[in-house]
Amino acid sequence: MALTGMAIFKHMPKTNCGQCGVPTCLAFAMKLAAGGASLDQCPFVSEAAKELLAEASAPPIRGVVIGEGEFALKIGEELVMHRHEKTFFNPAGYALLIEDTEDAAAVAGKLAALKAATYERVAQKLRSNLVAVKNASGDAAKFTACVAAVAGAIEYPLVLMAEPAAIEAALAVTALKRPLLYAATKANLDAMAALAKKLGAPLAVKAVSLDELGELTAKLDGMGVKDLVLDPGSRTLKETHQNLVYIRRAALKKKLRPFGYPIITFPAEETTDDMMETIHAAIYTIKYGGIVVLRDLSPEKAYALYVLRQNIYTDPQRPMQVEQGFYPINGADENSPVLITTNFSLTYFIVSSEIEGSKVPAWLGIVDTDGLSTLTAWAAGKFVPDRIAAFVTKSDLASKVKHRTVIIPGYVAQLSGELEEELAGWKVVVGPREASELPAFLKALK
Amino acid sequence: MAFQAPVETSTAKIRELTLGTKKTVTVGGQNALAFHSFEGTLPNGPKIAMEVYDTTPADWADELKRAIGDVWGDPVAWAKKCEGEFGADLICLQLAGTDPNGANRSVADAVATVKAVAEAISVPLMVYGSGNSDKDAELLKAVAEATQGKNVIIGLAVEENYKSIGAAAMGFGAKVSGETPIDVNMAKQLNILLTNLGVPLDALLIDPSTGALGYGLEYCFSIHERIKLAALKQNDAMLQSPTIANLGKEVWRAKEAKISQADAPQWGDGRKRGIIWETLTATAVMMAGADILIMRHPEAVKLIRKTIAELGA
Ligand code: B12
Ligand code: SF4
Repeated sequence: MALTGMAIFKHMPKTNCGQCGVPTCLAFAMKLAAGGASLDQCPFVSEAAKELLAEASAPPIRGVVIGEGEFALKIGEELVMHRHEKTFFNPAGYALLIEDTEDAAAVAGKLAALKAATYERVAQKLRSNLVAVKNASGDAAKFTACVAAVAGAIEYPLVLMAEPAAIEAALAVTALKRPLLYAATKANLDAMAALAKKLGAPLAVKAVSLDELGELTAKLDGMGVKDLVLDPGSRTLKETHQNLVYIRRAALKKKLRPFGYPIITFPAEETTDDMMETIHAAIYTIKYGGIVVLRDLSPEKAYALYVLRQNIYTDPQRPMQVEQGFYPINGADENSPVLITTNFSLTYFIVSSEIEGSKVPAWLGIVDTDGLSTLTAWAAGKFVPDRIAAFVTKSDLASKVKHRTVIIPGYVAQLSGELEEELAGWKVVVGPREASELPAFLKALK
Repeated sequence: MAFQAPVETSTAKIRELTLGTKKTVTVGGQNALAFHSFEGTLPNGPKIAMEVYDTTPADWADELKRAIGDVWGDPVAWAKKCEGEFGADLICLQLAGTDPNGANRSVADAVATVKAVAEAISVPLMVYGSGNSDKDAELLKAVAEATQGKNVIIGLAVEENYKSIGAAAMGFGAKVSGETPIDVNMAKQLNILLTNLGVPLDALLIDPSTGALGYGLEYCFSIHERIKLAALKQNDAMLQSPTIANLGKEVWRAKEAKISQADAPQWGDGRKRGIIWETLTATAVMMAGADILIMRHPEAVKLIRKTIAELGA
C-alpha cells in the first residue's frame, strides 16, 4: 500500500539536517514515496517510525520464503485478483505428502520419482517444490526417522506436519533451514510461536473458521512471528475455493493485515481419487493457492500441473520471444534442410525440441514476428511473404547452405506461392501442420 | 475479530438461454463469477457438449477411439452413446467432412446427417461447419432450415460470414455461436453486428477462441475472465451472452495429449495423460467463466461433471 509523501513526513525527525542527501525532511519523504530513496538513508529516524513505515509500505500479501538456497520457495506478494490486471508473481509450490506410517522403501521410491519429474519447457525448469512430512503415527520417534530419511533423499525444503514437541525432536536430529512448521492452532499457539521464533522458520496457521484464523494471525503478529502461511481449515473443494477468494480479497481489497499471507491448500486431504486430487490442485493453482499439498504427483499429473502453473503465471504484458536468426540444430551443415518459424518462445520451443528429438541436422530460421505464434502472426501481417523473404534475403543463409529450399509450417500453406515469387531462386516446401509430425517428415526427406 | 466476508454482488447477469425442445438445457442466468455461489445465484452452472463428427476422423489419438468405441464413425450411434452412456448435456455435431479442402461432402448429404442425429437424440443439438467460411454460410443456412423448431445452436459465425449465418438463424429460429480471436472488443463487435442485422440478443452465444493447456491457455483463460467481468461488473449488455469453449479439438491436437507412454516415458501414463490434459484445460476455462464446454473424452467429461458438482454451481 503506497503512502503519500506527506504521510511519511509526519514521522520524520523534521530537523532538515541534510544527511540523507536532500536538503529537507519533506524532500526526503517525497523521494521516499516516489520510490527513489530508502528509509535507512536517514540516520535519525526513530525505531517506532521505521516500523510504522515498513508496515505501511509492506506488500498487501507478505512474501514468505521456505527453505534456503537453490531450492528455496518464495510465495505471496501477489497484487491482483485476475492475472490480466497485471500478472501473478510467485508461482504456487507443489508439495508431495509423505506420512511417517508409510513403508520406508515406498517413500524412497516416491521421492526418487518426484526428483526425476523435472522438465524443461519454454526455457523454464518445471518441478515440484516441497515435501510435506506428516506425523500420522503420532509417534515422535517415527516422525524423526521419517524426516531424516526424507531430508537425506531430497533437497526440496520440508513442511513439518506435527505438534511442536515432535517437530523439535525431529529437528534435533536433522537440522533444516527454514522448514515450514505446520501448524499453529488455537490449542498450541504459544508453543508453536516460540518454536518458530527460536528456529527463525515460517509458520503455518490452521483455524476452524476465517474468524479464528484472523484472530490467530493477529496474535502471532503481535508476538513477532511474521512469516505466516494460512490454512483456513476447510477440506471440501467448494469451501476451500470460497475461502481462497475471500482471503485474497480481504488482503488486497480490504487491506486486512491478518489475511495478508500466502495460503496452503490440501487436495491430499480433500479426496481419495487421484484424478480429482489433480483437479483440486489445478483449481488452487488458478485461484490463489500458495502451496498445494498432494499425495500423487506421478509424472502425467505433475507435468500437466506444472504446465498449467506456467501458463497462469506467465506475464500477460510480455510475450516471451527469442531472437531472429538461423540456428543450427543437431550439427546442421551446408546440406541440411532449412525450416522457418516465428519468434514466439512457445512456438520456437516446441519446434526446436521436435527437431532435436528427430536427431536430423537442420537449420531453424526464426522470423521476428513480435513474439506472435504462427497463425496469430500470419493474421496480424507479421508472418507474411514479404517479411519472410526479406528475412531470408538479408541473412547469410545462402552462404550457409548449398541447396535452395525452405520449409514453412503447414498451417500457413496458403503463403507458399507468393513466398516463392518473392524469394527468387528458392523453392518453398510446405511442412506438416503439427510440429509433432516433424521428426517423421524430416526423416522422410533424406 | 469477526471476519466480514468481502462479498461483491452484481446487479447485472448473464443472459439465460434455453436450448433444445425435447430435453431442454438452460445456460447462463448467473449474476456472479464462476462458482461464486457465496455472493450470487448460479441457476444453471456450466454445461458439457460432446463432439460428434459427420465423417470418421483421420488423425485422432488411439485413446479417443478406444473410449468412444463401437460407434466410431457412425454419427447417429455416436450421438446416442454420448447422450445415453456418457451423459452429455448437449451434442455438438461437427460437419468437418464438408470442408472443400477435405472430403467436400455436399450440403444435402450433411443436412441428411444433421436430421438423422437430431431425430435420434433428446438433448439439444449444436451444429458446427468445417470452418470454411463460404461453405459454412451455405451449409448452416440449410441446417437451420432443416432443424427449424428444434432450437439448435449453429456456428461458427465469423466476421466473413456472419450476415448469412445470422440471417439463417433469424429466419429459422436457431441460436448462433459467433467466434472471434481472443479479443474482448472483437467479441463485442460481432454481437453488435449480429444484433444490427436483427438477430435477437437472446439467440447469441460467444466463442472467444480456445488455446489448450500449454498452447495458449493463458490467453483463453483471461479472455473468458475479462468477458465475465465486463458483463457482470460493467453491465456490458453485448458481453452478457453465455460463452462457449471449444476445447476438445484444441486439446487433442497437443502432443502431450496424444503421445504414448512408450514414446514419452518421462510424461508418465499415456492413457491418463490425455484425459488430464483435457480435464485441466476444461477446469481452467470453466473457472474463468465459460458456460458451455465442448469436450471429447468421456472420462474427462465425467471428471468435469464431478468437479462442477463439488464446486456447487
Ligand atoms: C493465443 C492466441 C493469440 C494471442 C497471441 C499469442 C502469441 N504470442 O502469439 C493473442 C491474444 C495476442 C492473439 C491475438 C490475435 N490473434 Co490469435 N490466437 C491465439 C490462439 C488461441 C493460440 C495460438 C498459439 O499460441 N498456439 C500455439 C503455438 C505453439 O502454435 P503455432 O505457432 O501455430 O505452432 C504450431 C504449429 O504451427 C507448428 N509449427 C510452428 N512452426 C513451424 C514450422 C514448421 C516448418 C513446421 C513444419 C511446423 C511448425 O508447431 C506448433 C505445434 O504444433 C489461436 C487459436 C488456436 N487455438 O490456435 C488464435 C489465432 C491464431 N489468432 C487469430 C487471430 C486472427 C488473431 C488476431 C489477428 C486477432 C485480431 N485481429 O486482433 C490477433 C493478432 C495479434 C496482434 N494484432 O498483435 C486466428 C488466426 C485466424 C487464421 N486462421 O488466420 C486464430 C487461429 C484464432 C481463430 N480461430 O480465429 N492470438
Ligand atoms: S537525514 Fe533524516 S533528519 Fe536529516 S534531513 Fe534527511 S530525513 Fe531529515
